[in-house]
Amino acid sequence: MTRTLRRILPQILTLAVLVALVSLFFPQFLSVDYQGGRLSGPVIDVLKRGAPVALLAVGMTLVIATRGIDLSVGTIMAITGATAAWALASGWGAAAAVLLALMAGLACGVWNGCLVALIGIQPIVATLILMTSGRGIAQLITEGRILTFTDPGFAWLGSGILLGLPVPVYIWVGTAIAVALLMRRTALGLLVESIGINRSASALAGINATVLLIAVYVASGLCAALAGIIATADIRGADANNAGLWLELDAILAVVIGGNSLLGGRFSVAASVLGAMIIQTIDTGILLAGFPSEYNLVIKAGLVLMVLLVQSPNLAGHWYALRRHVRRRREPAPSDRSAP
Amino acid sequence: MLLTIRSLSKSFPGTRALDAVDFDLAAGEVHALLGENGAGKSTLIKCLTGAYSRDAGEIRLDGAPVSPASTSEAQELGIGTVYQEVNLLPNLTVAQNLTFGREPRRFGLIDGRAQADMAREMLRGYGLDIDVTRDLGSYSVAVQQVVAIARAVALSGKVLILDEPTASLDAAEVRMLFDVVRDLRDRGLGIVFVSHFLDQVFELCDRLTVLRNGQKITTERVADLDRVKLIGHMLGRELDDAIETAEHSPAAAQEAPEILRFEGIGRAGVVAPFDLSVRRGEVIGLAGLLGSGRTESAELLFGVRTAQTGTARDADGPVAHATPREAVRAGFGFAPEDRKTDGIVADLSVRENIILAMQARRGWTRPIPRAEQARLADEYIAKLDIRTSDAEKPIGELSGGNQQKVVLARWLAMNPRFLILDEPTRGIDVGAHAEILRLIRDMTDAGMSMLVISSEFDELVAAADRIVVLRDRRHTRELTGAEVATDEIVRAIAAADPREAAAS
Repeated sequence: MTRTLRRILPQILTLAVLVALVSLFFPQFLSVDYQGGRLSGPVIDVLKRGAPVALLAVGMTLVIATRGIDLSVGTIMAITGATAAWALASGWGAAAAVLLALMAGLACGVWNGCLVALIGIQPIVATLILMTSGRGIAQLITEGRILTFTDPGFAWLGSGILLGLPVPVYIWVGTAIAVALLMRRTALGLLVESIGINRSASALAGINATVLLIAVYVASGLCAALAGIIATADIRGADANNAGLWLELDAILAVVIGGNSLLGGRFSVAASVLGAMIIQTIDTGILLAGFPSEYNLVIKAGLVLMVLLVQSPNLAGHWYALRRHVRRRREPAPSDRSAP
Repeated sequence: MLLTIRSLSKSFPGTRALDAVDFDLAAGEVHALLGENGAGKSTLIKCLTGAYSRDAGEIRLDGAPVSPASTSEAQELGIGTVYQEVNLLPNLTVAQNLTFGREPRRFGLIDGRAQADMAREMLRGYGLDIDVTRDLGSYSVAVQQVVAIARAVALSGKVLILDEPTASLDAAEVRMLFDVVRDLRDRGLGIVFVSHFLDQVFELCDRLTVLRNGQKITTERVADLDRVKLIGHMLGRELDDAIETAEHSPAAAQEAPEILRFEGIGRAGVVAPFDLSVRRGEVIGLAGLLGSGRTESAELLFGVRTAQTGTARDADGPVAHATPREAVRAGFGFAPEDRKTDGIVADLSVRENIILAMQARRGWTRPIPRAEQARLADEYIAKLDIRTSDAEKPIGELSGGNQQKVVLARWLAMNPRFLILDEPTRGIDVGAHAEILRLIRDMTDAGMSMLVISSEFDELVAAADRIVVLRDRRHTRELTGAEVATDEIVRAIAAADPREAAAS
């Protein structure tokens, strides 16, 4: 337990500093109201709005741990959202719509996984195929329109309240905990890390690298499907062109802010979802702090850069060297003076 | 003295890699740097070449104190290094590699003809007649090695460090390399030679320095030292028990029951179909020249490559071994030749590397309890004398011999009935070498059967009960009983090849 804590400490500290920074500009940031059976306030808003990226980050963490990357998750959100909306519009009911959307996400994951693990295409290229072509598939499902629906049961998944908290919060937290436990309480985590570090040595040790690789892309597809369901339910409609647009990049960023190496190997799901919360805190914080909207992306870029710089092990080395250098200058050594 | 090192120290968390080491290198000498894995050879070299910064001590080059902060700075000072794995760019031409970073220019553009001339000039005196405009990668490792030396000498020109330069060369190539090195010595360079091959040290070097556990043990003239004394210095103990492994009892293994029978195993273009019968508790050696199909045979048996023909049977019927997973399930194990790329999982801990195969066989749903993992790791760290500060250290930080022992531990923990070891002692030091040979003995005494591949015939003769000789991707002969001898292997390889016999 302490090892897990030590692993995610930088992300927790970063989040704390960000919250403090936002509170400086917007003092009510941490205030939470309880009205009519629901909690509300900026923090609750961050937790809810961060749900899609947090879910994507969970799946992305596993893919990146195997030294891969999944660029198609934003598109899978659009496909699964369109599938769910289509099912609802055809009168299938909420449960069937959720199931169908998950099946679509699973199919997308199997497709990506097979391209990577069986055919051996590089992950970035393999998933780029679905990323670019998938929106076309989503448009075919919605027939080019924005498919809207009124099913209150399905909409509850996006905007409902359970015990005071928005339903999406339960979904992403539950998914993250379930996946983290699945990885650490079974041997899956070790096996995934092992094939990410050295696939050929792992295969020689008898690990079924092919099946595991497909499985992580399937997991990523399922997480994207959940994100797609939430996004669709929230706006009560499927927009094939804009649902999940560019979110794959936020998900990758969340994994990186979570301190996971893009070269595969050791991973932490908890750190990745914290990374997603860091990104959402920045997004929400900028809005609340009241900067003119044209500054938003620049400020976000600056903050993300700072977060990554502070966490960089390389920079830590430079800091150390700099401090030593300064100390040495303060106490002048005789050899320094004699030097020309 | 050309290079003087005084009380150099370097620590890493948990270990003192170098402890007040002194080292002298004269101009015009070849000075061997010897020691077991983890003795501090690489650390010393890395301090010299600026890859590490030292904690304490002094390095003087031509009398002036130096402290290179990077390899390029060391090069400018005159200290050049050539590593075992040539660190040049195989996809560039020889000329581009040689002139890299200081290409001759004409109107701001690289002048290809001048570059080629410059490269030819640099290679003169190395007895190398090659086309410098061809890609470096199209030449043999030995040629690449010489090109790397030429580059290092041209850039630096005072001290040349050769870090295991001969590890992947054959005998003729080693001879060629040694001619080059002797020539450079006569030109007045100081050469540091790191190698595990003691024969080569005695053949080439003028003096040698032995390190052990980060300390300098001795520096002596090679002519004044005999082999037994040298190995004693390196191990810190007498050699008797290290060579005792040579005795074995082939007769007992010959009568043991057959546990596995492979028939007609083969794959077109890889290895011609061969039969192999494996008896309980015996060591089968595979001998042959490089490229004769030794490793490929092992890969077919373990399912790394799928055999197109042939069957495997044991007492209970057919055995599936088309993939490594099936082979593991059938009770096989395989420690591959290249442990960095195929053996270890570098960022995982020693513990995780040891339990990896066992966990893979149990399946992901049944994790080995943490306490059991720790127990297994500690057991094998003690049993195989794996030198590590603790079981949680990433295996990538261990020395080569200890990495090899962890890979062995991974398979021993599975208690396989048939274990394949491909070059189990390559690139590891004398001490670990003897320990691994002794382990092979212990395991076969306990009933495990082994297939050992090695290009050191002495080692095969010492370890194996019988030896299968390969030539041109074909199993040509099997040596048993009194035939298990080095000269017999050489004769079998030579006699089996009529073309070679006609050519020589």
